[in-house]
Amino acid sequence: MSTNGSNGFEPRLIGFLCRWCSYNGADLAGTSRLKYPPNMVPIKTNCSGRIDATHILKALKEGADGVLIAGCHPGDCHYINGNYRTAGRFPLTQKLLEQLGLEHGRVRLEWVSAAEGDKFARVVTEFTEQIRALGPLGWSAQFVDESVAAPAAEKEAVPA
Amino acid sequence: MAEDRIAVYFCHCGSNIAGKVDVDKVVAWAAEQPNVAIAREYKYMCSDPGQDLIKEDIQQHGINRVVVAACSPTMHEPTFRKAAAAAGLNPYLLQMANVREHCSWVTVDKGEATEKAKRILNAQIHRLPFNEALDPIEVPVNPAVLVVGGGIAGIEAALKLAATGKKVYLVEKNPSIGGHMAMFDKTFPTLDCAACILTPKMSAAGKDPNIELMAYSEVVEVDGYVGNFKVKVKKKARFVNTDTCTGCAACLETCVVRKVPSEFDQGLGKRSAIYIPFPQAVPLRATIDAEKCLTLKGKKCKQPCVTSCGPGAIDFEQKDELVELEVGAIIMATGFELWDPGQDARYGYGRLDNVITSLEFERISNASGPTNGEIVCKNGEPPKSVAILHCIGSRDLNYQEHCSRVCCMYSLKFSHLIKEHLPDTEVYELYIDMRCFGKGYEEFYRRLMDEGVHMVRGRAAEVTDLAMSPEEEGRLIVKTEDTLLGIVRRIPADMVILSSGLAPAKDAKAVSQTFGFGCSGDGFFLERHPKLEPVSTITDGIFIAGCCQYPKDIPDTVAQAGAAAAGALALVDNPTVKVEPTISYIDPEKCAGCHICVGLCPHVAIRYNEELKVAEVITAACKGCGVCVAACGSNVPQQHGYLDNQIFAEIEGAMAF
Repeated sequence: MSTNGSNGFEPRLIGFLCRWCSYNGADLAGTSRLKYPPNMVPIKTNCSGRIDATHILKALKEGADGVLIAGCHPGDCHYINGNYRTAGRFPLTQKLLEQLGLEHGRVRLEWVSAAEGDKFARVVTEFTEQIRALGPLGWSAQFVDESVAAPAAEKEAVPA
Repeated sequence: MAEDRIAVYFCHCGSNIAGKVDVDKVVAWAAEQPNVAIAREYKYMCSDPGQDLIKEDIQQHGINRVVVAACSPTMHEPTFRKAAAAAGLNPYLLQMANVREHCSWVTVDKGEATEKAKRILNAQIHRLPFNEALDPIEVPVNPAVLVVGGGIAGIEAALKLAATGKKVYLVEKNPSIGGHMAMFDKTFPTLDCAACILTPKMSAAGKDPNIELMAYSEVVEVDGYVGNFKVKVKKKARFVNTDTCTGCAACLETCVVRKVPSEFDQGLGKRSAIYIPFPQAVPLRATIDAEKCLTLKGKKCKQPCVTSCGPGAIDFEQKDELVELEVGAIIMATGFELWDPGQDARYGYGRLDNVITSLEFERISNASGPTNGEIVCKNGEPPKSVAILHCIGSRDLNYQEHCSRVCCMYSLKFSHLIKEHLPDTEVYELYIDMRCFGKGYEEFYRRLMDEGVHMVRGRAAEVTDLAMSPEEEGRLIVKTEDTLLGIVRRIPADMVILSSGLAPAKDAKAVSQTFGFGCSGDGFFLERHPKLEPVSTITDGIFIAGCCQYPKDIPDTVAQAGAAAAGALALVDNPTVKVEPTISYIDPEKCAGCHICVGLCPHVAIRYNEELKVAEVITAACKGCGVCVAACGSNVPQQHGYLDNQIFAEIEGAMAF
């Protein structure tokens, strides 16, 4: 995919989807054969509350032009209130990203239920267009000095 | 650590994936990726030969990590993980790349779909070296089952489970079980009397030693997980001691508050403040309506109920009681609500006399109802003409899009009952399509045509009392377009029955949130899979049956209740169940003891160890949301299966090109 200028620019997006609602909503969009742009690669977590700023920074650092976090609607969380943590954390994350010079709108939080395949398709379509309008971010090119990079995946023995 | 040898399997899924994704291209590319030892494609990976490919490669080619690019992991991850385990590989060293639901089915352009499939696959190829071998956690299963809702679905499920010897708690919010079916007069198409076929089951449920009936009770809190739910049930105060009350009904006759609209009779009949909803109620016990009782309202009353009660069962001091239950499985059978036709002013419900709902007609035609089964208008006269209006609040984009599935048939049943009681009365059925899909249903429709019922194909536009001719004077006029004749008609009627659709219960959303599963767009409870798991929910151990899932008739409800009971039994008949090991852990060497995670954990699964001054995860209580992982300032808690490194590696893979 070309990333040269906003002319013909195809955004590269990461979508963090919670396993119970939004991932299933994305599945339903597929089962219903709804069509949406191919720009976003979904990454599954159990709960949207698992996602913190480092995951977003990591995605942007690796070349994502935008990041979507999608979780269960308020009150629907499989883990009682994990999504409230997401909702509480999100404005702070946005502020942090703003201080780093990121345009508002590159990171988006949405509630998508397992029954909302149509909403999932609409959100991805809208978000893709939104990022297309903002143009490429190009953070990956700026991280030449690996010592200041977001943490890279390292293999490490973990206790059971 | 041994060298990572990843095998990639790319499923065609017939043409579902291969029709959009250039499989050969992706597989050739995958074979070149770091750590990938084998890359194969196959028409149907979920088939036995497909699974055998994985097993052979693990056993013969030293494969120690596997990625299957195919459908959603919700479909076949268990299939492939089982295959891997059978070949001796830890199942958590297998990942799925969802290239069907998230790629081939949703992408228009073949080239774009192929590129997206590569990125989705690459994320998993990058992730796999970071996967750890995990073992499912085996937890004990409580053999008791909770059934919520005492309509025909709940009763049937409870009876089936009790017959296997399992302990069943049957919770019903009303003073008696029986649900909507207990209100019906006859049942289509066989015209069995609803009470005659239901009351034996109600009675059996009330007497079964394995069923603990908790009527006039509501679930207020649910905690725990599959096999180990902890449920708080509020037993509402009846102000009557149910152990001593005999259900003799003497108090009912003496109560001075006598004009309370009866819920059971849809407000058409009256009851007293102390009441038994209907004669066959189970449990047959009196209940005092706290909002109507003079004594409970703090007003003066001679309390004739107390003096008339032989066993002295009246207890004005009774309080709501919280009961805690422990069960292994839960069956939701909370039913439906009739769609309120007052929402559509065109039909005049609530404004025009003798415009009634279908449930009101059930009570009118019922021999134990407010008119003793006489089909009469408000003035006590039998109607000379009755119009039955189908699809009120159903198949209507303004209200509910869905078809309620039972209204055509119950409307035909009404026609038959009217013709039986009042042979000279004209009956009009105003329908959009006549949907008679069940066993004996079409035959019943034909029978009704022979009985002389007027079938008018057209949705009713309006019910009015504005007469335009002398013969319309003082009557109801139903305006409709008769689409078979191609004319607009004004049909005079003395009684209009609104065949209201079935709506989700008003508290369905709140109930689904209490129990932790979802609702579909129409507001009914969401099933795990619409075809293959229609009685399961996304929450393991919680099943659904009857009209809380979607409108359905009695035969389908009973069948679904049996399926839900079987699902629950298949779970609670085992001593243990395996749960996902994707839970959190805290390295005590790294934890600074700041307490942040302790307060955030939704399941109270983190405790602070005062001695070591660190936080600890209570393994049995952790459900694996990962909130603690995200919250820790020092990145100490980690979650098995969703380690930071695994997520970072997925991101790297997805963004590698």
